[in-house]
Amino acid sequence: MTATTALSGELDPRLARRGSLLSRFLRRPDGLIAAVVFALILLSAVLAPLIAPHDPNFVDLAISKAPPSPEHLFGTDSSGRDVLSRILFGARTTLWGALVTIVTAIVLGVPAGVAAGYFGGVWDRISSWMSDALQSIPGMIILLVVAAGTRSDFFLLMVTVGTFMSPGFFRISRSTALAVRNEPYIDAARVSGLGHLRIMARHVLPAVYAPVIIQTALTAGIAMGIQAGLQFLGIGDANTPSWGAMMLEGFRLMLTSPLLLLWPSAALGITIAALAVMGSTLADLVRVRTPLESRAARRARRAAAAEAPATQSTGTIAHATRDSAVSIEGLKVCYAGQAGETEVVHGISLDVAPGEVLGIVGESGSGKSQTVFSILDLLPAGGRWSADAIWIGGREVTSMAPSERHKLLGRQLGYIPQEPMSNLDPSYTIGHQLVEPLRAVHGMSRAAARATAAAMLERVGIRDVKRVMRSYPHEISGGMAQRVLIAGAISGGPAVLVADEPTTALDVTVQAEVLELLRELQAEHRMALVLVTHNFGVVADICDRVVVMRDGAIVETGTVDALFAAPAEPYTRELIAASLDSAETRAELDRKSA
Amino acid sequence: MIWFTAKRLLSGVVLLVLVSVGTFFLAHLAISDPTVNLLGGTYTPEQQAALAHKIGTDRPLLVQFGDWASHAVRGDFGTSWRNFQSVGDQLALKLPVTLSVVTFAILITAIVGTAFGLIAGLRPGSIFDRVIKAVSVVLFALPGFWVSLVLVIWFAVQLKWFPAVGYVQPTQSIDGWLRSITLPAVSLALGAIVAIAEQLRNAVIAVDRQDYVRTLRSRGLSRARVTVHILRNASPAALTVLALMFVGLLSGAIVVEAIFSLPGIGQLTNSSSQIGDIPMLLGITVISIVFVVIVNFLLDLALGFLNPKARVR
Repeated sequence: MTATTALSGELDPRLARRGSLLSRFLRRPDGLIAAVVFALILLSAVLAPLIAPHDPNFVDLAISKAPPSPEHLFGTDSSGRDVLSRILFGARTTLWGALVTIVTAIVLGVPAGVAAGYFGGVWDRISSWMSDALQSIPGMIILLVVAAGTRSDFFLLMVTVGTFMSPGFFRISRSTALAVRNEPYIDAARVSGLGHLRIMARHVLPAVYAPVIIQTALTAGIAMGIQAGLQFLGIGDANTPSWGAMMLEGFRLMLTSPLLLLWPSAALGITIAALAVMGSTLADLVRVRTPLESRAARRARRAAAAEAPATQSTGTIAHATRDSAVSIEGLKVCYAGQAGETEVVHGISLDVAPGEVLGIVGESGSGKSQTVFSILDLLPAGGRWSADAIWIGGREVTSMAPSERHKLLGRQLGYIPQEPMSNLDPSYTIGHQLVEPLRAVHGMSRAAARATAAAMLERVGIRDVKRVMRSYPHEISGGMAQRVLIAGAISGGPAVLVADEPTTALDVTVQAEVLELLRELQAEHRMALVLVTHNFGVVADICDRVVVMRDGAIVETGTVDALFAAPAEPYTRELIAASLDSAETRAELDRKSA
Repeated sequence: MIWFTAKRLLSGVVLLVLVSVGTFFLAHLAISDPTVNLLGGTYTPEQQAALAHKIGTDRPLLVQFGDWASHAVRGDFGTSWRNFQSVGDQLALKLPVTLSVVTFAILITAIVGTAFGLIAGLRPGSIFDRVIKAVSVVLFALPGFWVSLVLVIWFAVQLKWFPAVGYVQPTQSIDGWLRSITLPAVSLALGAIVAIAEQLRNAVIAVDRQDYVRTLRSRGLSRARVTVHILRNASPAALTVLALMFVGLLSGAIVVEAIFSLPGIGQLTNSSSQIGDIPMLLGITVISIVFVVIVNFLLDLALGFLNPKARVR
């Protein structure tokens, strides 16, 4: 588990560096195209007085609604004004409005958000409430009230739009500041005597920088939409050329002169789309996430991996394949990462017989959890296993269809996880989570499933069965949750029980009880038990045979008695010594953290 | 749960009061002499004084506010300055139109957005996921009225599948009513759909990585059953955005109603704004906020249902 979280949640500190951001942005085709388009729009707006072929307000009724011609490339509107010139000047209006909106929204949102995230407390609560409130007001209505009163003053209207856009900036600044605030270097800066303002300016603002730019691109697009919408409603100065007003005219003449609607709509659509693509490309570049693979890429990679030469497999097979409950030959586990694929288990072989308890021991990162998830075929996203052969209950499963393999779960294979609280669905009652598989997988009636679930809970030592069935996971203790999970794992009557560190997360007094319970159940049902642990104390307690893993390979295999009596590998000796030494301190720690 | 409910209701009432008071003063501050707009054209000072007396703007602002507020808390929003009809009656007349469109849009958003978000989230990186993402980037940013224009030209003018303009009462013809609100609702919904889909996609990816999902799979539950668990745990994020979308849809409806000539709150707002009919604008503001508060409250109840932990708090 630890290995997977480390792989999937890895941060790339280079992602946030400023200088490289622009160059990486321009190296993306979508980012480059959008940036070029937007730059052209910006340029034509700035240069409109120079490049526009006509005066945008020059009326010539003799040529009203003229189709495109060399003289009027986009034709003329109902008053005979040149459409191209009006589009070019309209861009000025659009961009100026967007600028006013953005500046207002940033000035209102970012400082308030940074302060709220950095200081927290009352200021945070008040400003967050205001931000939420602002978001629940239908802004268009207020805009129309403002328009009514100010005789459609363009600047004031755009300031109002900016006010309604400020919660977006407030929220991202707040959450970014909140995240940075807990970094150790902020504490260090504070201890070294830097004032709050300087800390915010030097450490918090640089972190807010990238999300604010992304938000700016998106907000600018939305602001242009609102602006055009207002103009479309007939609000605004009739003498200033604007895309929204042109769209209104085009809409009225839609049936006779559709081009009059097309030009301004296209101008607005392209501008907004360019901004949106720029924003999302930028967001892609700074967001840290697990690389996602397309199915085609995955297929290609698998094919390549199949051709790769086999590495030396570690581990041994103790039983005949026919007699074993689980038998693995040459198992490898790989994870897709930023720089291609990383192999975390390098070809291991092991097996377990019916009624046998096999311990898999190793430090975190040794690949022991990956091994059991491969047996279950439940590796996390990005992970994949391959093996020469995996036998479960005498059947070879690597060649099975995924749906066929899936049918082994719950029937042949039972799974007990490590962390009890995170392994129960928080939204459903305990009863539901036990009953659902019994009904859906094992075809029991509701009454029979409930009775079985209750009996299972009783068997695993839960006293108040009725109440626990009605409870939600957050209403029961960790020890009880682990018993519930054990009940869930064995209720399907599996031949093989796979337990991943089943006692590690538990209070030390409960650990012994749960281990005892596992041993009883295993003996009662003659199950094979594969137990993953880092603790040789647990191994000594319950296991018949043990496999020691390190760095994705098996270093030693043997019966528990033989291994304890004469460990062959120094690593095994170290592990045994560490388990015995720290038994006391571990217990203390566990009690404190529980 | 009771405490939680009471707190949310209180917060809603505070919002309602603040926005109403704020809008009242904003409107009166912005429209310093409403009679100028209302009379229009030429008029004598006597006519102006008579109108000011009739609508009560000859009184001090605080007196006007006291008068308005004392009636408003009893649900009486006064009479319109334009035609001296009851504001409440006109709202009751126009509200069903807007609510039909917005509710229909919310329904489309919820259904399609959920489907898209779920499919994309369960297979991140798939072709479907990439297409949705590419489309959503642009669709989310484009204003609803821009989309409506495209839809009108395409479906109403070219294909003639739907009426381009006008509203049909559901009492006249259910089929005609549905047709008349389909295009407006769809053009409002498109942006919201991609927003919901994006939210749900990310939530589904996050939930899919949870330990309990693996444990559910290990019990042998089918893909469909595990998906139900994932959806239930992923939906709160999408629901929260859906409530925000409702506010956005109310705003968007104003322009969209103008395009489709729907006699709803949007048109009423626009015409009232142009003539400076303050009582009507105030009535519209109050009723909109009431709906927003109701929607947020329903959202809280839904979140409580979906997430048992939220219930206790």
